[in-house]
Amino acid sequence: MSITIPSPMGSLLRSRVVEALASPHGVDRYLEIVNPMWAAREVRARIVDIRREVDVPGHPPVATITLQPTSTWQGHRAGQHVELSVDLPGAKRVTRVFTISSSDSKPGERFTVTMRANPEGQVSRFLVEQATIGTIVHLSQAKGEFVLPDRMPEHVVFITGGSGITPAMSMLRSLQMRTHRGRITFLHYAQSPQHQIFADELADIQTTGYGVDVHLLHPELGDPALTPMFLEKLVPNFRDVATWACGPAPLIEAVQAAYAESDALRVEYFKPPRVGGGQAGGQITFARSGRSVSNTGESILDQAEAAGLKPESGCRMGICFTCPTRKSEGTVRNILTGETSSLPDEEVRICVSAPEGDCTVDL
Amino acid sequence: MSNPYRTLTAEELDEFGAAMDDIRQRIIADLGEADAEYLRKVVKAQRGFEVAGRAMFYLPPLWPVAVASLGISKILDNMEIGHNVMHGQYDWLGDAGLNSRVFEWDTMAPSENWKHGHNYIHHTYTNVIGKDRDIGYGILRMDEDQPWRPYYLGNPVYAFLLMTFFEWGVALHDLETENVIAGKRTLADNKKVGAAIWRKMRRQVLKDYVLFPALTGPFFLSTLAGNAVANLIRNVWAFNIIFCGHFPAGVASFTIEETENETRGGWYYRQLLGSANITGGKLFHVMSGNLSHQIEHHLFPDLPARRYPEISEEVRALCEKYDLPYNTGSLSKQLFSVAAKICRLALPSKKASPAPSDETHLVRETAAA
Repeated sequence: MSITIPSPMGSLLRSRVVEALASPHGVDRYLEIVNPMWAAREVRARIVDIRREVDVPGHPPVATITLQPTSTWQGHRAGQHVELSVDLPGAKRVTRVFTISSSDSKPGERFTVTMRANPEGQVSRFLVEQATIGTIVHLSQAKGEFVLPDRMPEHVVFITGGSGITPAMSMLRSLQMRTHRGRITFLHYAQSPQHQIFADELADIQTTGYGVDVHLLHPELGDPALTPMFLEKLVPNFRDVATWACGPAPLIEAVQAAYAESDALRVEYFKPPRVGGGQAGGQITFARSGRSVSNTGESILDQAEAAGLKPESGCRMGICFTCPTRKSEGTVRNILTGETSSLPDEEVRICVSAPEGDCTVDL
Repeated sequence: MSNPYRTLTAEELDEFGAAMDDIRQRIIADLGEADAEYLRKVVKAQRGFEVAGRAMFYLPPLWPVAVASLGISKILDNMEIGHNVMHGQYDWLGDAGLNSRVFEWDTMAPSENWKHGHNYIHHTYTNVIGKDRDIGYGILRMDEDQPWRPYYLGNPVYAFLLMTFFEWGVALHDLETENVIAGKRTLADNKKVGAAIWRKMRRQVLKDYVLFPALTGPFFLSTLAGNAVANLIRNVWAFNIIFCGHFPAGVASFTIEETENETRGGWYYRQLLGSANITGGKLFHVMSGNLSHQIEHHLFPDLPARRYPEISEEVRALCEKYDLPYNTGSLSKQLFSVAAKICRLALPSKKASPAPSDETHLVRETAAA
């Protein structure tokens, strides 16, 4: 049962008086105990459907998960993503970013995320293989600037690769919902026609959709690679046509080269998780100060200080929790326990964490 | 008192430290759902006592029950939840609501200030005279090695006042007034700390002494009084538990020189000798935030406190092995011991403090070698 809070009640719960009464914990810390689907500010969702998109033995399955968000969900625009946290077995809550695959949603409306159960990805594997209907997940509001404009141009092009198809799919679905009457050229690059996500829906759109031209390309099987010449053939004067491209770095680089400096192109990269090999060496990147040094294998705190930075710190022995800092990429080893962790965007105590290989921290 | 106990050789200290690290490692590897469930159960109970307490102020005959309920809520909030969560004991959960960086407790002291003074200063420099500001909180004389001044004649009175207004005292403690007077800290250093205290105090006062009383309309004054008594109950309880953790007879203190080249084993050794436990039942341990296991808390401040009882068995065994004391006793015994010390230290000590050079050294002279 998901009873969400009606909006006049929501405004009351967000009022300054109620906030002062619930201080210092905040209203949500009380509401969540009564019903996890009640929230004044935070966003949570209940899984209401899990549908396997691709389920081929021996390959990671792909699933679309439908989420009923709390009334605090402000809706999303096609192409945006959301940070989604799940409580994994062992009680650890882990956060990952997923692109929303359904068409534009209004506040409080259901939406879907589609993901492949990445063999090394704890969250996607949990969601696809273990989560059940009724599981509660924690969300951010929708984020991202990779969206469609309110007034659509006459002709648009989508170029996607691999799982980069998801935001474009959300856009395509939204255009279908909006009964867009213009032309759409949809190019998708994949390794092979097997395991193609949204294959049936794309085939359906191709035959029944108005003005939609779908090309599923597999260069490894002989289909043409992405070149200016190929694009020109499909879309004459393509550099003047509004284009959204999303996919792995090599594809995006090829698209950018083809479009030169055209303003018509909007891109989004997919950042593959970088996992260190466990050996010392490599580079530490201090993202906020824009500095980079070679990793000596000492604690991040020591190395940051050696690089002239002054991160906040206290005990320097892992007990006081003054120094936790966001590590956005790379593997770190806990000096005290020897435990290694490669999660992107996790808070680490920099005084007792040493990088193994390349590593990026928010310092 | 300084350290009258057996000192360990450098090799022994290393072994002792390694044994402690083993305990830590084993507990960390075992953390999981049971710990999360336990804490969330305590949080649920705390919110329940709080809401029930606040609601019962509408029924004046239930006033004593309302006060007790709210008092219990504040004790749970501050001790088993707040203190422990802000130590980062549950950061591994990844739950923003139970994270040391985010959590704020139902007391006057802003978490940001408190974490610096407590987690860093007190837990790193535990019982090092001149560095650990929690020895007497800059108000009391709690150790023979604090030189006597006539001011300390008021020791029992100051202690009573600190107990009564404990939450205010803890909040103001972070202004480090004694260091400002000594010229080691400037008023400018206090700008941020002071602003945080002012903000937090305003919110706490508004909630407990204006808004909730006003919500009960005609019972304004009885609700206000009830909230004040609930805060007082928490103050008295927290003060007593905390004072029993570091100030009973037999707890050792250390000099800055002694700890200069301290190894990890030496740090564990000091934490063990600088703390004291209180015996009691399960409920007592919960209500004390498991600070009844102050020794284990000081050895492993970032491990979930509900694990301290199981850890204590192993710590005791290590104490026996190395012939070290394990300071524990009933609440009444430890309280009496603390009260006696507060009164005794109001007067000048009979024997002069020994010079640091006479003291036994627990540090490794060649730590860097």
